[in-house]
Amino acid sequence: MAENDRLIEVKDLRVSFFTPAGEVKAVDGISYSLGYNEVMGVVGESGSGKSVEAYSIIGLLQNPGKVVGGSITFEGEDLLAYTPEQMRQFRGNKVSMIFQNPMTCLNPVYTIGNQLMEALTCHDSSISPQDARKRAIEMLELVGINNAEKRIDQYPHEFSGGMRQRAMIAMALICKPKLLIADEPTTALDVTIQAQILELMKKLQQEEQTSIIFITHNLGVVAEICDRVSVMYAGKIVEQGKVNDIFYNPLHPYTKGLLASMPRLDSDGHERLIPIEGTPIDLLNPPKGCNFAPRCKDCRKICLRQKPPFADYGDGHTSACWLHFMEDDGEEASGK
Amino acid sequence: MTQYTNKLIEIENLRKYFAVKGGGLLARRQYVQAVESVSFSIYKGETLGIVGESGCGKSTLGRAIIRLHEPTSGKIVYDGQTIYDSDAKIAVPMLPYRRKMQIIFQDPSASLDPRMTVGEIVGEALDIHKLCTGKAERRERINELLDEVGLNTEHANRFPHEFSGGQQQRVGIARALAVNPEFIVCDEPISALDVSIQSQVVNMLEDLQEQIGLTYLFIAHDISVVRHISNRIGVMYLGNLVELAESYELCNHPIHPYTQTLLSAVPLPDPEKNKTRQRILLEGDIPSPINPPSGCRFHTRCPYATDICKRDMPRLKEYAPGHFAACHRLEGLG
Repeated sequence: MAENDRLIEVKDLRVSFFTPAGEVKAVDGISYSLGYNEVMGVVGESGSGKSVEAYSIIGLLQNPGKVVGGSITFEGEDLLAYTPEQMRQFRGNKVSMIFQNPMTCLNPVYTIGNQLMEALTCHDSSISPQDARKRAIEMLELVGINNAEKRIDQYPHEFSGGMRQRAMIAMALICKPKLLIADEPTTALDVTIQAQILELMKKLQQEEQTSIIFITHNLGVVAEICDRVSVMYAGKIVEQGKVNDIFYNPLHPYTKGLLASMPRLDSDGHERLIPIEGTPIDLLNPPKGCNFAPRCKDCRKICLRQKPPFADYGDGHTSACWLHFMEDDGEEASGK
Repeated sequence: MTQYTNKLIEIENLRKYFAVKGGGLLARRQYVQAVESVSFSIYKGETLGIVGESGCGKSTLGRAIIRLHEPTSGKIVYDGQTIYDSDAKIAVPMLPYRRKMQIIFQDPSASLDPRMTVGEIVGEALDIHKLCTGKAERRERINELLDEVGLNTEHANRFPHEFSGGQQQRVGIARALAVNPEFIVCDEPISALDVSIQSQVVNMLEDLQEQIGLTYLFIAHDISVVRHISNRIGVMYLGNLVELAESYELCNHPIHPYTQTLLSAVPLPDPEKNKTRQRILLEGDIPSPINPPSGCRFHTRCPYATDICKRDMPRLKEYAPGHFAACHRLEGLG
C-alpha cells in the first residue's frame, strides 16, 4: 500500500493496564495499516486485546490503561500527540464507534432525535436546529427506520434491539466520519437481525466510502463483511491477510485451530470438532516465548524461548510463527 | 445411529404463560405467551436440538419440561409415567424425577453459588438424593465426577471465581451428572464461552452421551452448533414449534419459510460462498409475545403470507417421514 493510500497506520502499539497485581500487556506491539474504503476485521477471543486496541485509536482508554509505546497515525497526523480538545473534535468528525450493546450506549432519558442532533451540533455550532432535525431524520431513514419523523421523538426503550443498533449506526455516521470502529456490533443481536445489520453496514460502507475496523469473535461475520483480517491472540496479531487468504489458506496454528474447531453449517457429514486444547494465557504472567506455544500442537523448542517474527507470504499475508522459518528436517524440529 | 423407538419424554400441547405485572386494578390481565401448544417426543439416547431467536420461548420450554417452570397447561409423560397433566389434574412430586432429569445453564458464573466450593456444589446433589453413605464414598464420587468432566481432584476445594468460563461450565456439567441422570436439558451451555473453548465442551458433551447413554434436549440460538450435536432439530418462533426434522434434513431441505430465513441468515466462515448464496432478509422484528399476531404467528414477517395465515393458526403436520412443519402454504391453502 502506498503511503498516501493509508487512512490509519498503527506501528508497534503497546497498551498496558497497570493493575495492583502488576502490568497487563493487553496490546503488545501490534502494527497494521488500513486503506481508504477498506473493511478490516479484527478477530480474537475475549481478552485478546481487540477492543483495547480500538479504544486507543479513538482515545477512550480508561484508567488504569495507558498507551506505553508505538504510534498511531491518522492521515499523517500523530493521534497520540493530540490534546484532549483535538481528540474531542477528532471523535465523531473523523472517526466514530459502534458498541456491542446499544441499550447501554444510548442515553435512556433523551429521545433518539436529541442524541442524534447532539452529535451534529457538537461538531458544527452553526447548524440550525431545523437543519439538524432534518439531517437526523434523513439519517434514520438511511439506516432503514420506518416512520422516521415519528420515531425521532421516541426514547431508546421504545426501540427494539435491532432498531437501537440501527440508531447507533445513524449516530455514528451522522458526521460522515472516515473511519468507523464497530466493536462486536451484532453480537447481542439475533441472526436474522444480524443479517439485516450486516447488509445495512455493507450498503452504507459502499455509499459513504467509510473505512471500517470490525471487531468480532464470529468468523462467519468476518467472512461476510471484511476485505482484510487480523487475527489476535493474547495481545498480539498472529496472522494478517486478505479475507480469502485467511479462510482458504490459514498459516498460523491458532487461525487453523479456530477454523477447525467451529461446527460448520455447510459441511456434509458429522465430523468431530478439533478443539484448541487448554485455555488462553494469563496476561499477568505471559510466557517468554510465543504466547500460543502452551496450546500449540506443533510447539518446538524455540517457541518456548523466543517470540516469533512475522513471515511475509506476499500480498499483505503475514503470520508470526516459528514453523514458517523451519526446514522440515531442521535442527529445531526435534520435538518440544 | 439412534433408534427412534423408545420415547423417553412426550409432551402434548404444553403451554407456559407468564402474567405481566402492572396495568392497574381494573385492567385485563395480560400474559406473555412464552410457549404455546408445543407437542413432541424425545427418544432415548438422542439429542433433540431446539433453535430459535431470543424470546421465542426455547429456554422456557426446556424449563417447563422438567417443571422448573410449572406449565400453564398440557401434558408431560416421562418414561411412560405422566408427571404432569392439566386435564387430569396430575402433578406428581418432582424430587424422584430430579434424579433423572437435570439441567445445565447458560451462564456458569451465575448458576454456581459463589460461596460454595466446587466440591460442595457437586456434593450437594449427592446429599439431597442421599446417594452416598459415608464421607469417604462422597469424596470419591466427587473426585470421580470432576475427573469425568476433565477437572483435577484438587479443584474440589476451590471456589467458582477461581475458574475460567470453560472450567466453570465443566463444574455445572459435573453437578448435573452427580445424580446419574438419564436426561439433561442443556440450555445454551456454550453461548457464554470463547470460540476455542466451545468445541472442547461440545466434544465433552458428545463423549458423555456415548459413555453414559444420556438423552439431551440441546437449546441454543447458534444453528451450526445445534446441527453439529443434534439428531433432530426443532425450530421455534414466538412460542410455536414451526418445524421439526432430522438435523441434516432440516438444514438441507428446510420447508418452513422461517427455517429457510434462519438458515440463510447464518454467515458462513467462507467468503466466496457468502458472496454467491441467496439470502432471504426479513423485514422488521419479532412481534411481542404479549400480543402475538393472530393466525400464524410468523405471518407479519413471512414473504408468502396470505389471508388464511392471518386467520388460522397452522398445525404441525408430517410432510415427509419424520419431517414436521406448521405452515398453510405447505398444505396448499396459503
